Amino acid sequence: MTRQTITTKGGNAVEVRGLVKHFGEVKAVDGVDLNVREGTVLGVLGPNGAGKTTLVRCLSTLLVPDAGHAVVAGCDVVRQPRALRRRIGLTGQYASVDEKLSGWENLYMIGRLLDLSRKDARSRADGMLERFSLTEAAKRPAGKYSGGMRRRLDLAASMIGQPAVLYLDEPTTGLDPRTRNEVWAEVRHMVREGATVLLTTQYMEEAEQLADELAVIDRGQMIAEGRVEELKAKVGGRTLQVRPADPTELDRMVGAVAQAGLDGISGATADHEEGVVNVPIVSDEQLTTVVGVLGARGFALAGISTHLPSLDEVFLAITGQKTSGATAPETGSALHDEEYAGVSA
Amino acid sequence: MSAATMTVPPVGTTGGDEGRIGLRANLRHIGALVRRNLVQIKHDPETLFDAVLMPVIFILLFVYVFGGAIAGKGNQHAYVQYLVPGMMAMMGMNIAMAVGSGVNEDFRKGVMDRFRTMPIARSSVLIAKIVVELGRMLLAIAILLGMGFLLGLEIHGSLLEFATAIALSAVFGAALMWIFILLGLSVKTPQAVQGMAMLVLMPLQFGSSIFAPTQQMPGWLEAFTKVNPLSNLADAARALLNGQGAVAHPALITLGWAVAITAITMPLAVRKFRTKT
Repeated sequence: MTRQTITTKGGNAVEVRGLVKHFGEVKAVDGVDLNVREGTVLGVLGPNGAGKTTLVRCLSTLLVPDAGHAVVAGCDVVRQPRALRRRIGLTGQYASVDEKLSGWENLYMIGRLLDLSRKDARSRADGMLERFSLTEAAKRPAGKYSGGMRRRLDLAASMIGQPAVLYLDEPTTGLDPRTRNEVWAEVRHMVREGATVLLTTQYMEEAEQLADELAVIDRGQMIAEGRVEELKAKVGGRTLQVRPADPTELDRMVGAVAQAGLDGISGATADHEEGVVNVPIVSDEQLTTVVGVLGARGFALAGISTHLPSLDEVFLAITGQKTSGATAPETGSALHDEEYAGVSA
Repeated sequence: MSAATMTVPPVGTTGGDEGRIGLRANLRHIGALVRRNLVQIKHDPETLFDAVLMPVIFILLFVYVFGGAIAGKGNQHAYVQYLVPGMMAMMGMNIAMAVGSGVNEDFRKGVMDRFRTMPIARSSVLIAKIVVELGRMLLAIAILLGMGFLLGLEIHGSLLEFATAIALSAVFGAALMWIFILLGLSVKTPQAVQGMAMLVLMPLQFGSSIFAPTQQMPGWLEAFTKVNPLSNLADAARALLNGQGAVAHPALITLGWAVAITAITMPLAVRKFRTKT
């Protein structure tokens, strides 16, 4: 079985136009347009309840949209659901494997359901377990797997049919950093093999690590889109945090950075609550320069760190508002319940 | 992304769906899903307890606790002959209940999302469950009969009548499964399925001729047993196994119920299954 290809080379593997899905009063998805170019990763970034899961469920035939249309891998999601299901893979927030079956049995079953012969299903299951480092756990029930192993098994299950388009719905939510890195490595591997990926996430860092382009959504609507670099430029890249040994020196440090007139560095601020100076930077060179300047002026430093903008800061930079999750928790949680109705109800 | 038009045309221009699933593929999918359910049982043998132990415990309890009181002390043998065919009817109902919790569990765990995004007929998941439950039902009936023979059960009817009694129980059990599937799709947890099912089960089970003849019951209850499908199924099975008594009337009422239950609950369950998110 070779990877399925899409009719138009170099075109869009996913095209969504005016997609709407309401649950009663809740506008889970409210007119979303997006494209994913073939062989690339689109990161859909948004807070809990933004409509990410509903969007993915519409695009994977689990929900029928109320309005708008979407073509994925050349198939209309509403008119050609069966054909579409041959071309997609879905890994949800909740591992969708049978917990009572072993890892191998899960993969074998999926191979058989995808019309592989017994022999092919067997070797594909073996191969996938090998590739996702699950061979040792092959015979154990999936319910006994750790969170990371289960997520890997879920990814393996989604990859058995070698789908043209892969949906990853918050693939690393709830995973520890090491396991998260393993999942990221797998996603990169899949993309190298030619898969088109639509990834939802709440983390700017994850989007930056994996995505070529970003779509930021909130309350069912797209509020920003573009290449990751463009959005990062808008948001301001990383922040360098410098902690002086003596907290009373914060303002003097801000003054020193400003006076130095460093190229491309402006907007250093003192955070008296945290006892740090925040300096927006875009490169490692700038980090070195700023720290060098402070050292040369004789400041005693107690700590240095850099951090990527959080989702809140991204939203703040793009919209001038905090996320809806933070300002309107009621709407957020109602939406949340709706989004996962399939799992909880 | 400002362009309002699609640059990639859909595969089929007329909106036809190339992914239609043929009969052979469908059977293969059902086979793979039956295997899934069997492997589940292999990993978790306790799920067979209801099919294996329930008939044993029930027959022993009823024969030795109530048998003497109903048929007279030392006359338990006669009660075995009365009880076993009736319990065949009950087995179908009790086993059918499990299908509801099973379907509910699948939806809760998210594995159903996997199945529903795969190129298989959605109904194959339900059909596989029913096939496996029918297997469990036949196992329970076999164990019940085995226990019955140990306690002195004798078959007076022909082999065909014997088979008919088993088939009648299975057909009615299969019809009941649709009720439980519908229930499993409608409530939140497997525990709720069990609780709700018990509410339906107990009156039907005990307000029947399964355990005791109905002549001594008050008039209103006796009237209820006359329409109770379990009572009719028990009467039919009794007549078939013991080779005496009317078969056609209770058998027809049982079949009538089976058809009616299936006709009403199957479309509802299938629709609920298709549209459940």
